[in-house]
Amino acid sequence: MDVLKKVPVREQNPKVRATNFNEVCLGYNLEEAQAEATRCIQCKNPKCVTGCPVSIDIPGFIKEIGNADVEAAFKVIGKYSALPAVCGRVCPQESQCEERCIRGIKGEPVSIGKLERFAADWARDHKITPEMPKEHNGRKVAVIGAGPAGLTCAGDLAKMGYDVTIFEALHEPGGVLVYGIPEFRLPKDTVVKVEVDNVKALGVKIETNVIIGKSATIDELMEEEGFEAVFIGSGAGLPKFMGIPGENANGVFSANEYLTRSNLMKAFDKSYDTPIITGKRVGVVGGGNVAMDAARTALRLGAEVYIVYRRSEEELPARAEEVHHAKEEGIIFKLLTNPTEILVNENGWVSGMRCVEMELGEPDASGRRRPIVKKDSDFVLELDTVIMSLGTSPNPLISSTTMGLDTNKHKCIIADAETGLTSREGVFAGGDAVTGAATVILAMGAGKAAAKGIDAYLKSR
Amino acid sequence: MEENYIYTITKKESLANSIYLMDVKAPRVAKNCYPGQFVIVKMDEKGERIPLTICDYDRAAGTVTIVFQALGTSTKRMAEYEEDEAFRDFTGPLGHRSELIDMPADELSKKKILFVAGGVGTAPVYPQVKWMKENGYDVDCIIGARNKELIILEDRMKKYAKNVYITTDDGSYGFKGNVNDCIKDLVNNQGKQYDLVIAIGPMIMMKFVCILTKELGINTIVSMNPVMVDGTGMCGACRLTIGNEVKFACVDGPEFDGHLVNFDEAMKRLQIYKSEEGRAVLRKEDGDTHHNDNCQIHVD
Repeated sequence: MDVLKKVPVREQNPKVRATNFNEVCLGYNLEEAQAEATRCIQCKNPKCVTGCPVSIDIPGFIKEIGNADVEAAFKVIGKYSALPAVCGRVCPQESQCEERCIRGIKGEPVSIGKLERFAADWARDHKITPEMPKEHNGRKVAVIGAGPAGLTCAGDLAKMGYDVTIFEALHEPGGVLVYGIPEFRLPKDTVVKVEVDNVKALGVKIETNVIIGKSATIDELMEEEGFEAVFIGSGAGLPKFMGIPGENANGVFSANEYLTRSNLMKAFDKSYDTPIITGKRVGVVGGGNVAMDAARTALRLGAEVYIVYRRSEEELPARAEEVHHAKEEGIIFKLLTNPTEILVNENGWVSGMRCVEMELGEPDASGRRRPIVKKDSDFVLELDTVIMSLGTSPNPLISSTTMGLDTNKHKCIIADAETGLTSREGVFAGGDAVTGAATVILAMGAGKAAAKGIDAYLKSR
Repeated sequence: MEENYIYTITKKESLANSIYLMDVKAPRVAKNCYPGQFVIVKMDEKGERIPLTICDYDRAAGTVTIVFQALGTSTKRMAEYEEDEAFRDFTGPLGHRSELIDMPADELSKKKILFVAGGVGTAPVYPQVKWMKENGYDVDCIIGARNKELIILEDRMKKYAKNVYITTDDGSYGFKGNVNDCIKDLVNNQGKQYDLVIAIGPMIMMKFVCILTKELGINTIVSMNPVMVDGTGMCGACRLTIGNEVKFACVDGPEFDGHLVNFDEAMKRLQIYKSEEGRAVLRKEDGDTHHNDNCQIHVD
């Protein structure tokens, strides 16, 4: 074994997996995990922990895997993380823990993400469930949104003895875990459902089909239904469009619509009723994880797919593994390219997209080099479907129906970074609803912090 | 149907051949809904999320009334549900309530309002007419359909509207003509004057009502029914061009100023999921009734 290289993880062959929705990465087995665990130097001052948004004791759990005591490894992770099977799969480890791994200075970092996933999957296969809360104080807390932030906050509060109800707008709990991230990255029935069931096993109630701001308001929850505190984890689900001509033509979708049809409504499975347009030549505008998810979904539905992104490969915000997998599967990357117009045929359908080539200039406010249009470079990309994957912002449904809840100019709820407290007493918030679209693990961290904040608040009353 | 589904059908009525009315137990929706808003229904595990405008509600009983036409696979399956069976999911109230409800009383009392209900659009018109009467206002209402069999909710509407005008394309009941012919008759021949028209029905009907009311100088509100997925503002499938802005029917609507709606674009977008095979099936099943000679556009 070459100690400078990660133990390779088995994956489905790219040509095969481009035609199915099964999970791409097959994960380590015990032997592979143990071998990878030995690469960890067990640093006295672990840098990896400082890169983790929830400060998981990484050397701690890796040591237990090395000892083949996977249950102990799972328990270590469980002290810090509520959704290890999810985070192991979707965290951008390359910019978090693995970026700071000392092993990575000379060779490849320790494969921390795959080890976390291994421990979580092992625990699921061996039906290890979280510890039940020891006490119940009967005080009611409402959580809005059954996504990563809400599930985490609810789970932690339940462990502290509170009576928690999660109100979820959609018909299935999970938030981005069900509607955003595709089946081939995060299986719903095996992985997500078990994580949700574990939260329910702690005594948390989940009421689906309740849209706070419409079916009930926060004021009603607190004044009429006996909830003493509320956590808002409603996410950032509002899609962005470019505003270019032709954007309302038939065949132009937001990535949210496309992915919701495929992931939540399972439109990729013909036995489910919701339809999805499969397209033959699909252009996905954007370069983040959502763009990769949309592109790889379209590919699996039989299309030739282009990613159209205005900056270069280095600036792609998507997780490195997803870009790598997308390329292996045959997605064509049209970088330094920006759309100016969607061309529409006489039936109102997309027939192509006019684009211009870009060059990179000086960095802008986000620190990334600013794309500038190259003169006389416009060309037409022939397409029949366009998916706009430009980012999302918080849905104003809650902030616009809750008195005294302050938001910033991006409609994000303003909340204290440490406790999650908003401008309204007893109302806390965290995750994408506060930061704008970000990651699962940051949402989870916010859920944990808010649970502590709510506990402190309720104990003081 | 599973044992643990909670949105029970407490009443089922057949209003016409293939048009059904159902009262569904949905306490949270019933408590907070108003005329103008809609719900999303998902029958079972594999079903679609289907948006339906609210026809009525009983806050005390905790029920909401929906009306739908069994046209495609999903609605045909929904039509087979009987009383005491339950749907898996039922959520709402979505969208904004009718602006009449928030209009100051002194402004509303001065308005002479004509409701124009086309086909199944009569169902969402009904709760608005009822609300007006219950709050002390008189309104007129046209109910239009292709033939007598497809006129629905007539008796209920007559309880609440000051005047109900029935019109059928083939003249089998009431006035002979489409709703526009009826509006022209009321305004030109019967000396009726209106300040506001509220038109709900197939998009093609609303488009042509708006063309007429623009000529007549009468403000018009329509209720748009584009394709939807989540209904909460997440996906943009329901986006419409209103004036020179893009709006989402599910969160900005479903009602809009009819004179600003780009109907042609909206009708094209309704075609996205219609397939050749689906259309062929409809042509076969509908037989003679598939094409209406009075219809000015073949949106097949």
